Order: sequence, then C-alpha cells, then structure tokens
Amino acid sequence: MAFELPKLPYAFNALEPYIDAGTMEVHHGKHHAGYTNNLNGAIQGSSLEAMPIEAILKDVSKLSPAVRNNGGGFYNHNLFWTVMAPNAGGEPQGEVGKLINKSFGSFSEFKEKFSTAAASRFGSGWAWLVVNDGKLVVGSTPNQDNPLMDISELKGSPILALDVWEHAYYLKYQNRRPEYIGNFFNVINWAQVEKNLNSALG
Amino acid sequence: MKHELPKLPYALEDLAPVISSQTLEFHYGKHHQAYVNNLNNLIVGTKFENADLETIVREADGGIFNNGAQVWNHTFYFSAFSPKPKAAPAGKLAEAIIADFGSFEQFKEAFAKAAATLFGSGWAWLVKDAYGHLEIVQESNAGNPLRTGLTPLLTCDVWEHAYYLDYQNKRPDYIQEFWSIVDWSVVEYRFGK
Repeated sequence: MAFELPKLPYAFNALEPYIDAGTMEVHHGKHHAGYTNNLNGAIQGSSLEAMPIEAILKDVSKLSPAVRNNGGGFYNHNLFWTVMAPNAGGEPQGEVGKLINKSFGSFSEFKEKFSTAAASRFGSGWAWLVVNDGKLVVGSTPNQDNPLMDISELKGSPILALDVWEHAYYLKYQNRRPEYIGNFFNVINWAQVEKNLNSALG
Repeated sequence: MKHELPKLPYALEDLAPVISSQTLEFHYGKHHQAYVNNLNNLIVGTKFENADLETIVREADGGIFNNGAQVWNHTFYFSAFSPKPKAAPAGKLAEAIIADFGSFEQFKEAFAKAAATLFGSGWAWLVKDAYGHLEIVQESNAGNPLRTGLTPLLTCDVWEHAYYLDYQNKRPDYIQEFWSIVDWSVVEYRFGK
C-alpha cells in the first residue's frame, strides 16, 4: 500500500497574506508530492509498505537515507498543513494553553522560545513543540528529521511543527526568516494542536 | 580583523537569465552580507578576532565557523562566474579532468549528480587532493573541503536561496544552467596555484 499525498485542508490562498498561494502550490504540489513519491519508491517491495509512517520513523536508523529523508518529509508536511488554518492564530485556550503556561511560564515565553528555535536552526530544518513525558518541549531538527526518529536528539510526540526550509518562505520573505516565523503565529490552528496534544497524552 | 563583503566582478544583472539580478540582490546583498556582519560581531573578544578568514574556516566551530565558512564559500562561488566565461577547461586542468573522470562530460554529470542529491542545504565541490588528483565532494550547510586538507577549485551553492526565486523546486534545472556561467579560466588558475 502506497502512502498518499494528503489533500490540503484549505485552498492554496487560504493562509494569505501570511503564506502566499504561490508558495503553498509549489510546497504542497511539488515538494510534499516529491517526498511522498520518493518514499513510496524507497520502500517498494519491502515489509515497510505495510507499516504506518510513525512506526517506520521510530527505527529509521536501521533504514536507508532515502527512507529517513523522504519518510521525514512526508510525515512533517502532513503535520504542518494541519496545524495551520485561515482565521486562526491568537493564544491557545484549553489544555494546550494550560500546559504551555505550566511548561514555559507564559504564552509569550513559549512564543519567544519557539521562534528562537526556528530562527537559529542553521540550514534546512524544522522547529517543534513536542510532548515528552507529559511535558511540553520546544526544539528543532535538521533537514527532514523529526522527534519521532530514533536518531533525533529532540524526542517526543510532535503537536506543532514549523518548516524552516527556505522553500517554505523564500518566494514571499526571501532572507527574512524571522518575519515568516512571526507571521506563522497568525495561522496556527490551536484547535488541531489541542487534538494532537490529547492523542499524544492518550 | 574586520571582514568585508568583496565586490562582485560583474553587475547584478550580468548573469541573467541563469541567475537573475533579483536572486543576486538577495544572495549577495543580503545573505552574503549577513554572514560578513554576523562573523564580525561573533569574533569580537575571541581568539579569532585577528585571524584571517581561511584560519577561521579551518579551525573555528559553531557560529563563527558557520558564518566564516559561508563568507568564504560565497566569495568563492560568486568569483567563478562571468557573463563571458571560458566555456571549457584547457591545458593541465583539462588533462586532469580526463584522467580522473574520463571526459569533461562525465565530470559534469558526476558534479551535477552530487549537487542534485545533496539533501538539505549545502555545496557541491570540485577539489584537488594533496597528490593533485581531482575529486567531487558534497558538504552540508556551511561545510568546506579545506577542513579535510583538500583544495577547492569550483563550487555550486545548493542552498535553496541560491535558486529558489528563479527555479523553485527545480534544482536540476539550476545546476544545468550553472555550467553556462562558470568561467573555466578562473578554475584553471585555482588548479595551477
């Protein structure tokens, strides 16, 4: 069974003006589609075909770089699209809001920590909010690695992800990564992050 | 010492359509400049404060290495281009390319593959080893072959910022067009040094 490129849960232009339609179209239609196809190519005919992506990533150190890179790219973008939405952003309520305050002191301290993680990742990569042992942790990973992977320094269940590969923002923001990061907070779908938290806590 | 952004040996619009003036405006004017500025800020009060750039590339770590190597790499990358390039290597470099890769075409194919398959941000390099043999190496992020005792001859920047405005996800197209602005007289000079 092949992995499928998920449909975007909104139109290409739905996140304007923070993320432009042109970027969304190439990012989803070319980059994410590329990772999906290459992942399918890399696992074709192996027992991995029958496994959920999370299980593949968990033992990725035993697998080829193609599975690590494309499996990560497939999973990371799946999560990324769903944690954004039009008419979203603001400060989280519910359990996420409470746990953010408990883990980081306040929402603004969380925001600063997450933004720094995203801005200071040198080269290509991702910033994450993960649940580890009932606590929230912020960090980043290089390239298409993620916190589910056994090779990752940052460990946990991802509930929020921000893509800081240049392809995620270059058409609109060019070298201004910090501005892209600031605007990401206007499209965070906290309702989905709350759901992700609940499933992570089981 | 204070590091400076070197002048480009051509105008911003001279490499179009291979590399647009808009790309160069950001790549040279913003990215390269930012690495210079960051480096100058980071070395204050460290043992690299008075070091030359090559020493920093060879010996530094962390942010000083990242920014210092990116200054070096970009200067090296930009200075191999010309709007009126020598289109193919001649003389001893041409002989070395044939000896080590079979032909100029086979070299280009191997170099293009290294540039296309480097995952994430980084650089593809043509280098000379201590015995004068040529090799192709890939380096991630700010990586630089001087660190492993190799002599760089040519590099292709495959950070997405090098090509995204002009080619978006089509990195192989950028690499293919890259050949038409490489000035082989520059690479010959580097090889002969």
